[in-house]
Amino acid sequence: MTEAYSFAYLDESTKRMIRRTLLKALAVPGYQVPFASREMPMPYGWGTGGVQVTAACLVPEDVLKVIDQGADDTTNAVSIRRFFQRTAGVAVTEHTTEASLIQTRHRIPEAPLKEGQILIYQVPIPEPLRFLEPRESETRKMHALEEYGLMHVKLYEDIARHGAIATSYGYPVKVEGRYVMDPSPIPKFDNPKLSGNPAIQLFGAGRESRIHALPPYTRVVNLDFEDHPFEPTKADAACDLCGATTSYLDEVIMDDAGGRMFCCSDTDFCATRRAAGHAGRLAPGGEAA
Amino acid sequence: MSALLQVEGLEKRYGARIGCTGVSFDLFPGEVLGIVGESGSGKSTLLACLAGHLAADSGQILYRGRDLGAMAEPERRVLARTEWAFVHQNPRDGLRMGVSAGANVGERLMAVGARHYGAIRAAAEDWLGRVEIDPGRIDDRPRAFSGGMQQRLQIARNLVTAPRLVLMDEPTGGLDVSVQARLLDLLRALVREMGLGVIIVTHDLAVARLLADRLMVMKDGRVIEAGLTDQVLDDPQAAYTQLLVSSVLQV
Repeated sequence: MTEAYSFAYLDESTKRMIRRTLLKALAVPGYQVPFASREMPMPYGWGTGGVQVTAACLVPEDVLKVIDQGADDTTNAVSIRRFFQRTAGVAVTEHTTEASLIQTRHRIPEAPLKEGQILIYQVPIPEPLRFLEPRESETRKMHALEEYGLMHVKLYEDIARHGAIATSYGYPVKVEGRYVMDPSPIPKFDNPKLSGNPAIQLFGAGRESRIHALPPYTRVVNLDFEDHPFEPTKADAACDLCGATTSYLDEVIMDDAGGRMFCCSDTDFCATRRAAGHAGRLAPGGEAA
Repeated sequence: MSALLQVEGLEKRYGARIGCTGVSFDLFPGEVLGIVGESGSGKSTLLACLAGHLAADSGQILYRGRDLGAMAEPERRVLARTEWAFVHQNPRDGLRMGVSAGANVGERLMAVGARHYGAIRAAAEDWLGRVEIDPGRIDDRPRAFSGGMQQRLQIARNLVTAPRLVLMDEPTGGLDVSVQARLLDLLRALVREMGLGVIIVTHDLAVARLLADRLMVMKDGRVIEAGLTDQVLDDPQAAYTQLLVSSVLQV
């Protein structure tokens, strides 16, 4: 840890301000609490909100894991992990089960979370009604008065145009029967994991200066129609590296001839399975294609 | 029969200027009240006060015996999307242009808790048929509709929750005469069928003659004459009303 930095980069009064916001957000699940978002040494859209929440939650004993689209080894994950290694000197890990604090972009880990863990989401646009109603004054009023009919207009439009609810990420949810929340752009495959999760889930939006949260074991319901119920979706295939059939998959183009493969988006989950002896179609020493 | 709307001494000022002042009337279910007058006479201000878009400076509005001024905003907004309807002069102001006709009609249903896609769609198809829009165009955006169709779509969207009170701000403005005539026929039929209380603001005396049971003539923010439509138009008493009636071109 470099002496020039306060622990975890942010100064103590800023962390205090964010912690107070977090407490309020946890007390009113799903409600977007404004906070005085700081400029961070990274551009907006790279997780400035998540980083601030992480900085406010970190303690020296924490074990940090950072996920970018499920992966531990992509630019965003690597740079944020190094940032906190340098400024906070905390231990880091790639294993979901070993981490006490996980900052994530666009995924919930496949391995079930447990009590005592904190999952922090990077959120680009926290307002689920934003693309339906551009006025902030109006969306606040709609949240206050629970006027959420408009959200269903969007889902109606989806079905009318595509025959099914085509919203596949950032799928709107209702928290404890009260606030409608945008769960950040996680695939709707991950939505069921939001509900009744033993871990604390915190959502930080840096550019929009909003924090919202789900305390452990919060009831989260996906919005849908009676005759078009919510369905989590994934690619209809198995992971070509570890053979998993129940995880969320990335599709990777292999060559210019249309060759492609599927692999787990959660790299830790995939690696753990391979270490345990599971093998997929393209795994070295696995079954032949 | 009790009044749907009772207005007493309504006043709205814009600083020192008068928007409308001293307006009092009762509206009963199944009745159409026309408000006529030249532009700038306070018609639209009055309508906006009634709809709750503007806060009146003094006076009282009772809706089915309840004082709107004392009503909390949540309650007023619930009424606005269930029992009231507001038809804008420009359909673009009243429609959601980015979503299909079906979603436009279904929006009020979903706002009051409808959560069955099939049922919402069936209601939307039914209403498109009632306002003479081909139900086959249910998935088209309002942008793809003509001006007259957009206006009819706006009416369908407003009436789908069977409101009691409909406020219309020049619903036929900007439409050509034949489209206007069909729209008026449609409105007349719907008013009779559903027993709506309607307030219609217009500067077109022919529209007032066709639709309105009673007429209020406004000038400079004040009501200068009120009475049965035929009485006001055939035997105008106020000098301004006489001028207004005689200004209509005879074809």
